[in-house]
Amino acid sequence: MAGPVLEITNLSVAINGGGDRPHAVRGISLKVGANEIVCVVGESGSGKSVTAQAVMRLLPKNAMHVEAGSMRLEGEELTTKSDAELRATRGTRMAMVFQEPMTALNPVERVGDQIGEVLEIHTALDPRERRKRVLEIMRAVHLPDPEQMIDAYPHQLSGGQRQRIMIAAALVLDPALLIADEPTTALDVTTQAQILKLVREMQGRKKTGVLFITHDFGVVSEIADRVVVMQLGRIVEQGPCEEILRNPREDYTKMLLASVPSMTPPKRVPVSGPVVLQTEKLFKTFGKRTLLRPKARIVNAVIDVSLSVRRGETLGIVGESGSGKSTVARCVARLVQPTQGEIRIDNVDVAAMKEAKFRPMRRRVQFVFQDPYRSLNPRRTIGEAIIEGPMNYGLSRNEALQRARDLMAVVHLSPESIERYPHQFSGGQRQRICIARALAMEPEILIGDEPVSALDVSVQDQVLKLLDEVRRRFDLAVLFITHDLRVAAQVCDRIAVMQRGVIVEQGTTAEVFAAPQHAYTKALFEAAPGRNREFFGGKANACAPGRAP
Amino acid sequence: MADVTLDTPIAAPAKPAVPLRKMLHNPAVLFGGTIIVVVLLMGLLAPWLGTIDPTAINPIARNKVPGAEMTMRTDTGERIKMTAKFGTDSLGRDVYSRVVYGARVSLLVGVSVALISVGCGLLIGVLAGFFRLLDAIIMRIMDGLMAIPAILLAIAMVSLFRSSVWTVIVAITVPQVPGVVRLVRSIVLSVREEPYVEAAVTLGTSTPKLLWRHVLPNTIAPIIVQGTFICASAILIEAILSFLGIGVPPEVPTWGNIIAEGRQVFSLFPHNIIYPGVFLALTILAVNILGDGLRDTLDPKMAKRV
Repeated sequence: MAGPVLEITNLSVAINGGGDRPHAVRGISLKVGANEIVCVVGESGSGKSVTAQAVMRLLPKNAMHVEAGSMRLEGEELTTKSDAELRATRGTRMAMVFQEPMTALNPVERVGDQIGEVLEIHTALDPRERRKRVLEIMRAVHLPDPEQMIDAYPHQLSGGQRQRIMIAAALVLDPALLIADEPTTALDVTTQAQILKLVREMQGRKKTGVLFITHDFGVVSEIADRVVVMQLGRIVEQGPCEEILRNPREDYTKMLLASVPSMTPPKRVPVSGPVVLQTEKLFKTFGKRTLLRPKARIVNAVIDVSLSVRRGETLGIVGESGSGKSTVARCVARLVQPTQGEIRIDNVDVAAMKEAKFRPMRRRVQFVFQDPYRSLNPRRTIGEAIIEGPMNYGLSRNEALQRARDLMAVVHLSPESIERYPHQFSGGQRQRICIARALAMEPEILIGDEPVSALDVSVQDQVLKLLDEVRRRFDLAVLFITHDLRVAAQVCDRIAVMQRGVIVEQGTTAEVFAAPQHAYTKALFEAAPGRNREFFGGKANACAPGRAP
Repeated sequence: MADVTLDTPIAAPAKPAVPLRKMLHNPAVLFGGTIIVVVLLMGLLAPWLGTIDPTAINPIARNKVPGAEMTMRTDTGERIKMTAKFGTDSLGRDVYSRVVYGARVSLLVGVSVALISVGCGLLIGVLAGFFRLLDAIIMRIMDGLMAIPAILLAIAMVSLFRSSVWTVIVAITVPQVPGVVRLVRSIVLSVREEPYVEAAVTLGTSTPKLLWRHVLPNTIAPIIVQGTFICASAILIEAILSFLGIGVPPEVPTWGNIIAEGRQVFSLFPHNIIYPGVFLALTILAVNILGDGLRDTLDPKMAKRV
């Protein structure tokens, strides 16, 4: 086909009543050709998802509307189509895959019926033929045992399988355009790798044009033919993947790429401080079989975990969701009660201590949570948040406030802003406040449970630098929980890899990254998107290997 | 790199949205609130609103229609000529005076029941939501209480104790408490999982402080809303009890017993029922509208769902 599958010219989407800016998307133009994957990449608030929704004409009705510009699907204008015409177009000629596979599927309908629904609406096939087509497409997306799975409900499938169902439903009528809005963000890396492979395979099968929304440059390098970089509703630059990743012209793109942590761990001097935190044969089991509930489900979240952290050292715990890495952290902070084993803080076993006896020790172990939007009480000023801990340990209000102001400076925020409320700060700023709150307790051990995974890549970079800075300045032992190997490579002295509650491998970061020993560790590294690529400045492989540019 | 963003502008200083102003801009709150204030003032200022003793019986002026002239004896014993604005009942009592005084009981019962049941419910609900051991026990007791109908309980209590306004208040309050407990408990259960509550735990905050600072404030808005609805239903139940003659003592005028009194002669003299009925309906309508308005402003998410 000659023309592009999707051509967006000068599209502007206005936010009704204006938010922090009048337009969600302003004057953007881009094209998606047949058999081409175009990645739209940008940080949160860049307008990338709004672009996708505008094309599907799924913009939230009262909140936004297309103000100007045109969107052509195979040369046909979409902006002027009536609702009925759009319904006929969606599913047949353009289809969408969403981020969250659990919420995008109807939980009370069999998955086969959900795929079949597309056929029921748009074709005249009878139920038998429909079922045949559904089985075919389920086989094509490599779902195991489609005859069984066609009658399953979404909750019976894993996240990756659900996303395959979504892709199957989107592609069952071979649309010309597939829009994927962060389809792998909610998935583990190994699953993500499989889904990315599947998207490429399915796209190649029928020469579908794909508009792929993502925030992850690793994913971009795995899958994109062309890249569109967006910032604050505008396109910063676009071009062939290789060119953008290797020779970005715009400063913003350069900054974004430079913020992507490298997979190569920097050289680190082994830390020789005293061991302040040690766990010995730690177990945590959720659920309990009792006389009344003999068949209760039992989850062994943490199995026989022994690790130690020295003063001034960062130990990373890496693993996929459900590996028990967060549970270890929460046991150490005594947010959950370990079932068995020892947790020694300065050689005092606190694992089985009563809460009242442990409370004086809480000061020494501080926690930074994943979600910066929920870890500060929205009703209290950040000054109150920071002084709460020190005042619990007997500091006077004025002393505590002084300490809070000093710490605000340490985390590079203005000391006067302690009068403000959390909602007045951005995600990254809030995470800095959370770090200040932890530091106010003058802890010895700082636990970060995915402290940067909710942040944009450029903000993430700053928070990681801050964490490193405070670790050195206050000689902290840091337990750093993450699923992101790139982040782990940059901040950790040593790494423990967890799988299903067990530490399968432990060693210095350099060792683990250079020569992973365990099969699972190898699989994790294999699945990391863009693993062979150093963004900006390093040696780079070809984009989407195996494809002609 | 990092230094560039140190000075990232922090959103302009502003106090968190003060709900009071938003509330007063809501037409439902304004409308409901105004009517309630008027009824409240009417009850408080009853003696100065041209009323006479609502219990004074005047056998020669029985069943007067509204606007009729009659002679009444005042407290000091002198006779005065006056217009029976709302007429008189079958014992010759002035319906206008009775309706105005009746507002006192209705509002007293409504507000007391709302305050007491919210207070008890809050305390019990927080305990149930935060302490797992107490939860099972408390909630089973609440399930039991929910099975008691307010009217049956009132009949039982009045036959056990003296009939008084407080007996009525207790009888209506008891079955209302479990609803508040359930509401508070569900909020506490979800709030205790919030990272900021866990953060407070790691900061060594003691449990009572934790509940007071981080958990309780989340319950305020839904509790206010629930409280207004309880108030409305308490006023209604009180009227029903008075109508059945098992509420407050018969000599105290309430809208419920004025209606009951007028029931026998309704077909001849409907004013006995119409005036207190209108006031009762209007008050309950106002409280409910106020509750709806408060819900819209305090809890927008819930408002959308309903």
